[in-house]
Amino acid sequence: MQTSAWLILIFPLAGTLINAFGWRVLPGKACGWIGTAAIGAAFIAAVATFIALQDRAEDQKQVVFVAWDYANTVGVDGKISILIDPLSIFMALVVTGVSTLIHLYAVAYLWKDRGYARFFAYLNYFVFSMLLLVLAANFLLLIIGWAFVGAASYLLISFWYRRTTATTAGIKAFVINVVGDVGLVIGTFFIFRHSHTLDFLGTFDSASRDFAGHQGALTAGLIFLLVGAFAKSAQVPLHTWLPDAMEGPTPVSALIHAATMVTAGVYLIARMHPLFELSPAAETVGAVIGCVTLLIAGTIALAVTDLKRVIAYSTMSQIGYMVMGVSAGAYVAGLFHLMTHAFFKALLFMAAGSVISAMGGEQSMDRMSGFRRAMPFTFVAFIVGGLALAAVPPFSGFFSKDEILTDIGARGGLWWILVVGGYIGAILTAIYTWRMIFRTFWGDPCPEARDLEEGHLYHPEAPFNPSNGEIEDNDVGFPGPEHMIAERSGEMKIAMSVLAVLAIIGGLLQIPFVTDALGHFLDPTFADSNLDLSPSDGLVVVGLILGAGLSLLGIWIAYVVWVKRPGTSTAVRERLHPLYKLFVNKWYFDELINAIVVRPFAWAGRFGQQTFERVVVNGVFVGGTTGIVKAGSAAARALQNGFLRAYAALLVLGLVGVALYFLLQSS
Amino acid sequence: MNVNWYLIVSSLVFAIGAAGVLTRRNPLVILLCLELMLNAANIALIAFARMWGNAEGQIFAVIVMVVAACEVCIGLGLVVAIYRRRLPIDVDEIRELHG
Repeated sequence: MQTSAWLILIFPLAGTLINAFGWRVLPGKACGWIGTAAIGAAFIAAVATFIALQDRAEDQKQVVFVAWDYANTVGVDGKISILIDPLSIFMALVVTGVSTLIHLYAVAYLWKDRGYARFFAYLNYFVFSMLLLVLAANFLLLIIGWAFVGAASYLLISFWYRRTTATTAGIKAFVINVVGDVGLVIGTFFIFRHSHTLDFLGTFDSASRDFAGHQGALTAGLIFLLVGAFAKSAQVPLHTWLPDAMEGPTPVSALIHAATMVTAGVYLIARMHPLFELSPAAETVGAVIGCVTLLIAGTIALAVTDLKRVIAYSTMSQIGYMVMGVSAGAYVAGLFHLMTHAFFKALLFMAAGSVISAMGGEQSMDRMSGFRRAMPFTFVAFIVGGLALAAVPPFSGFFSKDEILTDIGARGGLWWILVVGGYIGAILTAIYTWRMIFRTFWGDPCPEARDLEEGHLYHPEAPFNPSNGEIEDNDVGFPGPEHMIAERSGEMKIAMSVLAVLAIIGGLLQIPFVTDALGHFLDPTFADSNLDLSPSDGLVVVGLILGAGLSLLGIWIAYVVWVKRPGTSTAVRERLHPLYKLFVNKWYFDELINAIVVRPFAWAGRFGQQTFERVVVNGVFVGGTTGIVKAGSAAARALQNGFLRAYAALLVLGLVGVALYFLLQSS
Repeated sequence: MNVNWYLIVSSLVFAIGAAGVLTRRNPLVILLCLELMLNAANIALIAFARMWGNAEGQIFAVIVMVVAACEVCIGLGLVVAIYRRRLPIDVDEIRELHG
């Protein structure tokens, strides 16, 4: 078990190194297959670890493996150690499993891109970082994995590095993620100060004693940890990087910005649950922010027209559910939704990538329509993903979303406000998902779809940047010359089929009254939870019926607005113009952050550069020093005039001076 | 014995030498004036040696003469070199090493 546990980390690292150093000699698609195989091997190692873990007794299911002591001084116990328990192995399985499929998809999708090997090296590095994050057994490795994940995300968003919009988006994502990293580090300090250990299990074991008189420190530390979680999981107000991150290649959007990286915050809260349970204030903050995020993101997704950005906002919204769930104590439900969401959201992104390829790189839904007949496979995949996302029974999203809401409802009291928010979000989800599907696949076929129906894939005359229309070339740093659609490449089809099947049947793990596989499996991790969230049978039944009803209602609304009466959306937009402006401008969060943070900092930077540096540093310090040296050397140089007799005169003068001195002294 | 007069002569010779070094521009004359200054020192040394009745001052004078001979050697060498390169025989004109 120890070997297989370490192998989970070693395979992706090996894949990274092989692709990074061997790209010159690796022929054709070899880089892609090596990357896929590395993650596939990590998945197998994770399965082996999972099986070994299942053989253990129920109270022996949290195992720590220490490789070596990294820093063991003055009360700090920094170890390179991994924690294998149901939660971490569950995360490792989801991450490696979904990543394998996405790698497989990318083998075909990026095949014509000039940065093929670089892409897979980055992608493997990302999976390695993510696994380091979820397997870490102490805060030290957690922070390292956390920062690595941010770096990998930056590299992949800016993958097409000659695109200005992509590099700007990468920088934005990195900066906001670093804000989160700082939050995580400060939060760790707050906790370490009283727990005196970096180890997770040690911290949790003595948490109730350590923080007995330090409730404030604990809450402050947890709020800082939440800042880290919010930045990584794109929660309000640190979410603005996620929609921009859609500048990256579609497999990146599927892997990082839907299935794995953005769930790191959910994982962090679930991992820290013994601490969160000691601090109701931090719990409430997490849950409320999750609820606010899911509503804000849902409304924005109704208004934006960029296909990938709609899915990105939907991701934000779904992660809002998870954050709300795990903060409120519905750990299993939150993680269950994390898993099902990974399946159907990766599937949706893959299908969207296929559609965007068919459009020759264009991402705006305004130009898409009627792809139903042109791309039957993509259409079916999109429908499956859409049904799962909209939480229609019996698709996976239905059970997971419902479990979160009923579990929170079981806490009663003011928590019901969050449940109501969750149900409003559910109907929004159904509307925006099906708006996307109806606008893309229904209606008269657009020229690109007609081209495809006649059998040839549309390619624009000159490659261009879909965000600003700039003309590009096909060299390294820009997308490759050919686009790939699922209908024409086996790898993409296989990856999407597997995910579609998982999106349909993933819910079987946790069907109310029938199965509780996931809850049972995760139980050892959450055994120390003091919250007992078991909603009454009646609540569960009502929740299921209400959830299904709202989903179908949302789909029906979308059908009426965008298919049956096509003019309705324009009419509604005219009627509710201020609201539409608010949504389409993303609630003005970018402008808000600009005004509060970016502009003051830019002003301070300009002041520093133009005023402080020019006047004080260049003028006084540098200028003063050089001025003194210059004046001194000018005086010394004037003495060296080359007149021999002047030198002699000075000598004589000096001699006379010395002689006079001694004469005066002696008298 | 009274060394006053010797010293007066010595300082007069020294002053003449120094004045010559400062005012003349011909390197040959400057060398001559340097010799005057050195010999002024010799006069003083020998006068003191006579006053104390021992030989140390005399020895110093001999050493100074050796130094003077060396110095003249090098100085005349320089003058010859200047002459050979057809440079002006004038110390004010030869000032390439100014700062």
